[in-house]
Amino acid sequence: MSNYQLNPELFSDNVAMEPIRAGFGKGLKAVGEINDKVVALCADLTDSTQVGLFRESFPERFIEIGISEQNLVTVASGLAMAGKVPFAVAYAAFSPGRNWEQIKTTIALNDQPVKVVASHAGISVGPDGATHQMLEDIALMRVLPNMIVIVPGDSIEAEKATRAISENGKPCYLRLAREKTPVISTVESPFEIGKAYVLRDGTDISLMGTGAMTYQLLVAANILVEKGINAEVVHVPTVKPLDNDTILDSARRTGRVLTAEEAQTTGGFGGAVSELLGNHLPTPIIRVGMQDRFGESGAPLELFDYFEMTGEHIAKKVEEFVNNKPQYHREQ
Amino acid sequence: MGKLLEVADLQKKANDLRTDVICMLEAAGSGHTAGSLDLAEIVTALYFNIMKIDPKNPSWSDRDIFLLSNGHTVPIQYAAMAEVGYFDREELKTLRKLGTRLQGHPERVRLPGLENTSGPLGSGLSQAAGYAYSLQYLDDNKHGFVYVVMGDGELDEGNIWEAAMFAGKYKLSQLVAFIDRNNIQIDGSTENVMPLEDLRGKWESFGWHVIEIDGHNIKSIIDAVNLTKAITNRPCVIIAYTIAGKGVDFMEYDFNWHGKAPNTEQAAKALHELGVLDDISVPGVEKNE
Repeated sequence: MSNYQLNPELFSDNVAMEPIRAGFGKGLKAVGEINDKVVALCADLTDSTQVGLFRESFPERFIEIGISEQNLVTVASGLAMAGKVPFAVAYAAFSPGRNWEQIKTTIALNDQPVKVVASHAGISVGPDGATHQMLEDIALMRVLPNMIVIVPGDSIEAEKATRAISENGKPCYLRLAREKTPVISTVESPFEIGKAYVLRDGTDISLMGTGAMTYQLLVAANILVEKGINAEVVHVPTVKPLDNDTILDSARRTGRVLTAEEAQTTGGFGGAVSELLGNHLPTPIIRVGMQDRFGESGAPLELFDYFEMTGEHIAKKVEEFVNNKPQYHREQ
Repeated sequence: MGKLLEVADLQKKANDLRTDVICMLEAAGSGHTAGSLDLAEIVTALYFNIMKIDPKNPSWSDRDIFLLSNGHTVPIQYAAMAEVGYFDREELKTLRKLGTRLQGHPERVRLPGLENTSGPLGSGLSQAAGYAYSLQYLDDNKHGFVYVVMGDGELDEGNIWEAAMFAGKYKLSQLVAFIDRNNIQIDGSTENVMPLEDLRGKWESFGWHVIEIDGHNIKSIIDAVNLTKAITNRPCVIIAYTIAGKGVDFMEYDFNWHGKAPNTEQAAKALHELGVLDDISVPGVEKNE
C-alpha cells in the first residue's frame, strides 16, 4: 500500500510550481555548507543551471570552465582524484551530449565520484529546438557501468537527490529540467538512491514515470477514475540502479505497465523497465516519450501535447490499452 | 623512498626498462612499442629521481602525481613501477593477459599506484590540471607536483587545448606537462597527418612556460623539471624531443612500430641491440653469455 506523502495542494489551483533545477541549486548550496570537499564547476551556464547560489556562498570552491564540456568533466575527474566531490554542471545537450567518452573513461571506468549534473534536459526546453532538447542522455548514461542515474520528479526531490549523491562516493548523473513544474512531493516525502515509490495504489495498470512525467501520470490516473480504470502510479527517480522489487511487485499486481519519460523511450527509462520485465516478468507495456525522432521548436506545453505526453493523452492511451490487452499474471 | 640514483645509473636503468618493455610486449603478442621505448628516460627520471613517491604506500597524501595521458605507452610505466617496488617484476609478463592488473591501457582501480585510467587520447592534461588546481587553490599545498606525459600525436585532440587554456587561465604552477615529441602517429609523421608546429608558439600563446630538451638525456630532463619548480606564475610544458623506438635500431623513426609488438625473432634482435640479456627470459631467445 502506498503511504507516500504527496503534496496535498497538488491538484488545487494554487499548487506550487518550481523548476526542478532550482531544487538542485538549493541542494548544492546546502551540501557545500555540510562538506568542504564539495566543489562546483560550470561551463559558462552558472546562473541558468542554478550554480550561482553556490558560487555566491563559496566563491573559492567554484571553478569557471568556459564553454568546454570535455574539459569540464575531465578537470572534475582530476579534482576527484585529489579527494574532492566535484559537481560538473552544464546543459544535458552538451554534457553528456558532447563529452560522453570522457565521462566513460575518466569518471565511470576510473570510478571517480564526479557528479555530472545536466540541466535543461528533455523536450521542455521548448523553443530552442531539437539541438538543445536532450533526449538521449538517459540511454547514454545508463549503459555506463558504475554510473548512477537520477531523474528527480520535482524541485524538492532534486534537492534531496543532490544531497544524496554528494555522500555516496560514486559517479552519478543527475538530470534536471528547466521549466516550472508542479511540486508533487513534500519535504517529508522519502528519497533514497535506488528506490521507487508507489504514489497511488491501483489494480488495472501500473503507470511508471521518471522526472516531471510522474506528474502527468498522476493527472492521467485522475482522468482514468472517471473511465472506471484504477491505475497505480509508481515514481521512479532512480533510473539506475532500478528498484527491481518495487517495479516487479507493481507489475505483478496490475499485469499491465506504461512508462513515461521526457526522453527517447528506446534505451531510456522505458527501455530499462522493458529489460527488467523481459527478464523477470514479461508484461504488456507501452512506453510514452519520444519515439525515435528528434524534437522541434515550440512552447513546452504545445510540445507535450504534440508529442502526446500530457496526462490527457496518456489517459487515452491507457484506456485503449486496458480495453485491448488482457492482464498478465495478475495476483488474485 | 630509496636513495636517488646518479645520472649514469639512471641512464642504465632506462635501458633496463626498455629491455623489460621488449620482453613484455613479445610475451603479450600485441601493444605499442615505439612510444613505450622512447619514453624510457622520462619515465626513469620521474620514478627514480624526480617524484616524491612511496611504492609501499601508493596513496601517501604528500606524494607527487604522475599521469600518463597517452595510455598506450603504459608498458614503460609498468616496468618502472615494478622496478621501483609497486609490485613484483614477475607480474610484468601478465601484461594484456586475462585477469591481469596490467591492462593493455592503464586502469586505476586495478593497480595501486596508477593515478588514472587512460587510453582514449587527450584527457590526461585536464585531469592533471584538475589535480593541480586542487593543490594550488583548495589544499594550500605548495610542494606537490603533478606530472603528465602526453604524446605529440594526441595534441590533435581538442580536449588538450581546452585544458591548455584552463591551466593558463588559472596559472597552475604545480602542473608540469611533458610532450613526447617523437614526430610519429599511426598514419605517419605528425607534420603530415596534422601539423603541430609552431608548438612552442602555441603553448606560449596559451600562457605556458615552454622548455625544449633532448628527451633521451636524463640530466636535461632533471634540469628542466628543476627549472619548472622555480616558475611560480605559469604552468610549464617540457617539449621532449625523442626518437620513436629509441634504442632499437630497426624500430627507430618508424611509425609502423607505433602499435605493433615484436615477434620472438624481432624481440631477440632488439634485446641483442639493447645489450642486456642477463636477467630476462623470452621464449625462444638464446641468452648472451
